[in-house]
Amino acid sequence: MPETATDLDTLVRSEYSAGFVTEIETDTLPPGLDEDVVRTISARKEEPSWMIDWRLDAFRRWQAMALPRWAHVRFPDIDFQAISYFSAPKGERPKSLDEVDPELLETYQKLGVPLHERARLAGVAGVDGTGGESPPDGATSAVAVDAVFDSVSIATTFKDKLTEAGVVFCSMAEAVREHPELVRKYLGSVVPKPDNFYAALNSAVFSDGSFVYVPKHTRCPMELSTYFRINAENTGQFERTLIIADEGAHVSYLEGCTAPMRDDNQLHAAVVELVALDDAEIKYSTVQNWYPGDEQGRGGIYNFVTKRGACLGARSKISWTQVETGSAITWKYPSVVLRGADSVGEFHSVALTRNFQQADTGTKMIHIGPRTKSTIISKGISAGRSQNSYRGLVRMNAGAVGARNHTQCDSLLIGDACGAHTFPYIEAKLPSAVVEHEATTSKVSDEQLFLCQQRGIDPEKAVAMIVGGFCKDVFRTLPMEFAVEAGKLLEVSLEGAVG
Amino acid sequence: MSLLAVEDLHVEVDGTPILKGLDMAVEPGEVHAVMGPNGSGKSTFANVLAGRPGYEVTAGAVTVDGIDIAAYSPEQRSHLGLFLAFQYPIEIPGVSNMEFLKAAVDAHARSAGLDEPSPVDFIRRARNAASQLGISADFLKRGVNEGFSGGEKKRNEILQMLLLEPRLAVLDETDSGLDIDALQVVADGINGFRSDDNAVLLVTHYQRLLNHIVPDWVHVLANGRIVRSGDRSLALALEEQGYGWVDD
Repeated sequence: MPETATDLDTLVRSEYSAGFVTEIETDTLPPGLDEDVVRTISARKEEPSWMIDWRLDAFRRWQAMALPRWAHVRFPDIDFQAISYFSAPKGERPKSLDEVDPELLETYQKLGVPLHERARLAGVAGVDGTGGESPPDGATSAVAVDAVFDSVSIATTFKDKLTEAGVVFCSMAEAVREHPELVRKYLGSVVPKPDNFYAALNSAVFSDGSFVYVPKHTRCPMELSTYFRINAENTGQFERTLIIADEGAHVSYLEGCTAPMRDDNQLHAAVVELVALDDAEIKYSTVQNWYPGDEQGRGGIYNFVTKRGACLGARSKISWTQVETGSAITWKYPSVVLRGADSVGEFHSVALTRNFQQADTGTKMIHIGPRTKSTIISKGISAGRSQNSYRGLVRMNAGAVGARNHTQCDSLLIGDACGAHTFPYIEAKLPSAVVEHEATTSKVSDEQLFLCQQRGIDPEKAVAMIVGGFCKDVFRTLPMEFAVEAGKLLEVSLEGAVG
Repeated sequence: MSLLAVEDLHVEVDGTPILKGLDMAVEPGEVHAVMGPNGSGKSTFANVLAGRPGYEVTAGAVTVDGIDIAAYSPEQRSHLGLFLAFQYPIEIPGVSNMEFLKAAVDAHARSAGLDEPSPVDFIRRARNAASQLGISADFLKRGVNEGFSGGEKKRNEILQMLLLEPRLAVLDETDSGLDIDALQVVADGINGFRSDDNAVLLVTHYQRLLNHIVPDWVHVLANGRIVRSGDRSLALALEEQGYGWVDD
């Protein structure tokens, strides 16, 4: 009789809904990487000579670097000559939304990211490009989107409205042409070219990404977001994002990403730099749903990303929130360099791994200025045969008088073939700094599941509820629409056939 | 037709026979107490009714309102009206009691083809049930059993029972770990729940709970079978003479 002994493992299998391929003609460089390829990428983007020189410098440095091997992940060596470094839909870059290939619009529509300005990204209805309804807190619920398809940005919405407020939101390629003074000043200032192997590679070949500048004492009138889509086969995506919040500026930015299902691994090596000047605040949220590979561990994205923010100004604040459900391998440590006095860094993370996924993710909080504060909340959920590691560094430099950090690091295991690991590094060079670290590991137990079932709740809903409870602290920090989105994403990721 | 009919039930756990031919019939409106020494199979009986994984029925049958529940999943049994109050209620951190209760009540409504109650109605019902059990509103916002005292956990089980309105409530050692005041509150909750339409099965080691909830039938379980059945006086005799007495 008690037949459907519910296997927790079967609960965490599910289909990847973003795994379709868009059939579109592309202009793709043949695989391989040398100086000519770097020059070609630069030429395609009609870049000025200083940018070419910058890329070539990065390329030469990269050639001298070795692949990092310290992360708790396993994968065969990548053949960097087998990858294509540039792929773009054929034709001129569309000047307005009306000119975008309908096939591409359809793609984003299918992904739940409509690019029409009258449509909405998620959650709140009745928003249009000219103001519309505003929630009581004054921020409008519209979201401006920069849509990046393989190596190029195909559209950026709500530009007029943002321009009115003085906010620059455009593709990186456009920023290089239109705002060279800002790009030259800040590009590579937070993540230097030789920072690490993948950052150097990105600096040499970066394709597109988003550029944001929020002027002094300006609160960005809407959420900004970039949606990254890898479509082409055997192509790497190397996006570059730079966000600058000038004195007293506020901006909230969200990044989403998906890719088709393919049996080969694909490389995604992005660099994101954030700069916050005096009293500025940047909130950067990621919902990462790259293709994670199949149940046997075939295929999936290698997500090797360098994300770092610099709190340059006094009382500035940078907050990273990430919900990581995708990628075959995730290697990523969104960090904050707390240089300004009384600046604040936050890192809130939910990382879900299942099947054969591997995640080595965490953060670095580098305290340089006095009375700087950082908070780290990391929630790792492991299922199937996956490996999920938290790796975090908290460094208190000699000048960081009165600095404080609090780290809370929780792991949840689903089933017993998975692994959860915690690698905290704490370096304190002065006695007055306060560093607190708490860590817990728990399991979604058969008892919890049975309790829910006994009360009439089906096992899929039960696991989603248990995992949702575990992630609550982090979901609270996401912008409202995306908290709903992230909750659903976890639910979808965990759903599967039962019995 | 009996509400619950158990016939010649044999159950193994990890290949070890625990229940060896158990028979019982429970009619609507009745309270039955199943007593027995440790290891007699009381908890196994409670759990197997609820369909807990790991309990293998090797022979016999269990019917609820005439429906053979052998192929029913735990949640389907719950939808049929079978409720188990756990001996050791487990925590679900971060999931508020309210969220959990709403999910359970919604699932029952859906399975019965009814609309889910509106949040306002649900909150009103939950608060009423909570106040009946002397539970503060704050309790509903806390994580399920998270940081609850033993007594609070047991009250929480009864709260769930009151909201789900089962046909058959199986209470596994609900009295254990309760001080005398809490026992009274829990017993009042159970007595308030009783109706002509439902039934209660009390699984207990001690008879003190039966001072508060008077059973119609008392069954003594020993070595996987019911060795004696009687009325309330059987429980009192057991208390006086110990379980050794029924082995004779």
